Amino acid sequence: MMLKNNSFSKKESRLYMSFMHVTFAALLVGGLMGLLQVLSRSGKFQLPFGINYYTILTVHGVILGLVLTTFFIIGFQFSLMGKTVGISDQQRKWGWVSFWTMLVGTITAAITILVGEANVLYTFYAPLRAHAAFYIGLALVIVGSWIAVFVNFRQLYVWKKANPGQKSPLLSFMVVINMAMWFIASLGVASSVLIQFIPWSLGYAATINVLLSRTLFWYFGHPLVYFWLLPAYMAWYAIIPKIIGGKLFSDSLARLSFILLLMFSIPVGFHHQLTEPGIDPTWKFIQVALTFMVVIPTLMTAFSIFATFEITGRRKGHKGLFGWFRHLPWKDVRFLAPFIGMVAFIPGGAGGIVNASHQMNTLIHNTIWVTGHFHLTAATTVILTFFGIAYWLVPHLTGRRLTPKLNKLGIIQTIIWTVGMTIMSTAMHIQGLLGGPRRSDFSNYAGGEQVSTWISYQMAQAIGGTILFIGIILMVYIFIQLAFFAPRGVQEYPIAEEEIDADPTPKILENWYLWIGITIALILFAYTIPVIDIIKHSPPGSLPFDWPIGR
Amino acid sequence: MHLHKYEKIWLTFGLGSLALFLIIIGFAAFWKGTHPMSHIETIDPQNVEAHDSFKPENLGLREVAEGKYTVNIVASAFNYDFGNDADGKPVKKIRIPKGSTVLFQVTTKDVVHGFQVAGTNVNMMVEPGHVSRLETVMKNTGEFTVVCNEYCGIGHHQMFATVEVYE
Amino acid sequence: MAKGNSKKRPQVTADSGINLKGTFISVMLLGVFILVLWFGLYALFLSR
Repeated sequence: MMLKNNSFSKKESRLYMSFMHVTFAALLVGGLMGLLQVLSRSGKFQLPFGINYYTILTVHGVILGLVLTTFFIIGFQFSLMGKTVGISDQQRKWGWVSFWTMLVGTITAAITILVGEANVLYTFYAPLRAHAAFYIGLALVIVGSWIAVFVNFRQLYVWKKANPGQKSPLLSFMVVINMAMWFIASLGVASSVLIQFIPWSLGYAATINVLLSRTLFWYFGHPLVYFWLLPAYMAWYAIIPKIIGGKLFSDSLARLSFILLLMFSIPVGFHHQLTEPGIDPTWKFIQVALTFMVVIPTLMTAFSIFATFEITGRRKGHKGLFGWFRHLPWKDVRFLAPFIGMVAFIPGGAGGIVNASHQMNTLIHNTIWVTGHFHLTAATTVILTFFGIAYWLVPHLTGRRLTPKLNKLGIIQTIIWTVGMTIMSTAMHIQGLLGGPRRSDFSNYAGGEQVSTWISYQMAQAIGGTILFIGIILMVYIFIQLAFFAPRGVQEYPIAEEEIDADPTPKILENWYLWIGITIALILFAYTIPVIDIIKHSPPGSLPFDWPIGR
Repeated sequence: MHLHKYEKIWLTFGLGSLALFLIIIGFAAFWKGTHPMSHIETIDPQNVEAHDSFKPENLGLREVAEGKYTVNIVASAFNYDFGNDADGKPVKKIRIPKGSTVLFQVTTKDVVHGFQVAGTNVNMMVEPGHVSRLETVMKNTGEFTVVCNEYCGIGHHQMFATVEVYE
Repeated sequence: MAKGNSKKRPQVTADSGINLKGTFISVMLLGVFILVLWFGLYALFLSR
């Protein structure tokens, strides 16, 4: 495969770096909000200046869950496409249009939240009504991301035309899968925002269909988390092997697992709505079964990762059952941070199976267990892998080097994150099983033994969260060093190659019509009848409510 | 494209485990009827009193038969209305003997709420226009906090009650 | 497949020849963890 492993042009680098700047600015802002939340929930501190807990919670969710992730992913994916299939001047310009559209949307939404006009959390459930600017801002973020989607599609298309008969580079294939999933999924939330929320928030529509809006949100909400996860999988499959000095385990299996992720990430949104009235439990169960299907590519990924480690280690001559494991490059932060991310996905993924298990969902639904769960999956697995990528991507883009000193700081950062998250997430999981609710300011409720147990776990979360904030400060410092101050040099953009004797990849894996066709068929199967039911059996619509969020 | 023999064993094991989970929860759901709460009945959120269960005089705990109870609740930001006691004060705590079968019926007059009797399997969303309805056996004694576990506004954390299950 | 390179890397030429015992044990431990967690929490669900 021909991969240009020289540096990007200045113009290209500038585009990709812009996304990174927003990412780490978001990390700092969102992380500070997280710190304020855990301190506030400990019951020992009160928020200064009369700031509302739920304003901070909304900022935290929107800035970290929607902004940080989307900016990092789109920037990283642009760089992958630039590296593997190239970018034209025209495409680069559209890349900038995408960036600015998303940034304007982000700033619009952020200001609306900060002035207290959108205390609706990042899920913005109707009939709580935020100021229309909040919804318009979110719509712009999505539209901006769609521009990136179509630029990425175009990039691969142009490459295919120029290289007839050749299989697409693995990473470009993966990017296009992720963007196809993102586009199909975000149609749901975009149509809800454009057709339901914006007219209703402006007063053009008197009422809103609450259950329909929630269903459209969760049609998007689960693939959203896979949109975060897939770039991490890209790194695990195709970048980590290079960092540890190995080769791809299997190009075909990597593609197959991404195809399965595309097909089964979307028709599963009901597993977020398992305890809701108005949805037939049989259709809930069908989507539970489909949710279990999406576990399969992750089981394949687990095997593939271990196998890459073992084959690489054995080839280097490490003996014994686990000699290959001991000799992994533990002192290289480009490996260590994503590795901790992989480990966190074991309890994260297992917990996810529990969450999706139909009636068992009542054990944990809307308890702080769920918060603990996605702080393992999103805020550890995904984020530590993103950090692991940033350690080489940022200096590669700025023409600098990850020095041994910065590498060491990175390792310290990873350890701080691991310790802080273990404390915070474990406390959240336990408190959740004991019934402690998520998304709630400090409260003694009616008092009693049960509540005081919850509060003791909230103390532990405050300790863990404070440690995590130290980790965030350190990470932002490392980013600034890599972006502006590290010594000039060449930092490798690591992309693993196939074995020389690898099996050829079956052509069918690149049959986009087939896979997207099956994806759409599965979505239609899982959603058509229940959505018709929801619309046919709608109760009277809901008027907007402003006062509960302090407007 | 082929799989290593260990990967075949691993995937068989993984798929088998997933199938086993599905069979267990499917059996419990379809044969034993322990679906998660999925009640289909609708209601006018601006006029919940029109529904017999949510008339002010019918709110709160009622024994409908020997060992069988109904609890009707109207949720609103930021309160659960369990009706009033003999002194006309709002009920904030209900007491149920252990082992009784209890039917919880909840609806909302305004925004989306949660209803969880923390520490039990009573956990459901309460949405405007819908009635949430779940029957359960209170197996364990203790004081259980009822919490609103879906964000409903800036007083969300002040929305609670208590269920005491006694011997 | 892979006739030419078989001398250099004898372990990886034929599929069955790759030694993936460590991988196998690792993933199976992971599988056991999933089962234990799931059944543990199912028991908790039943007890409530």
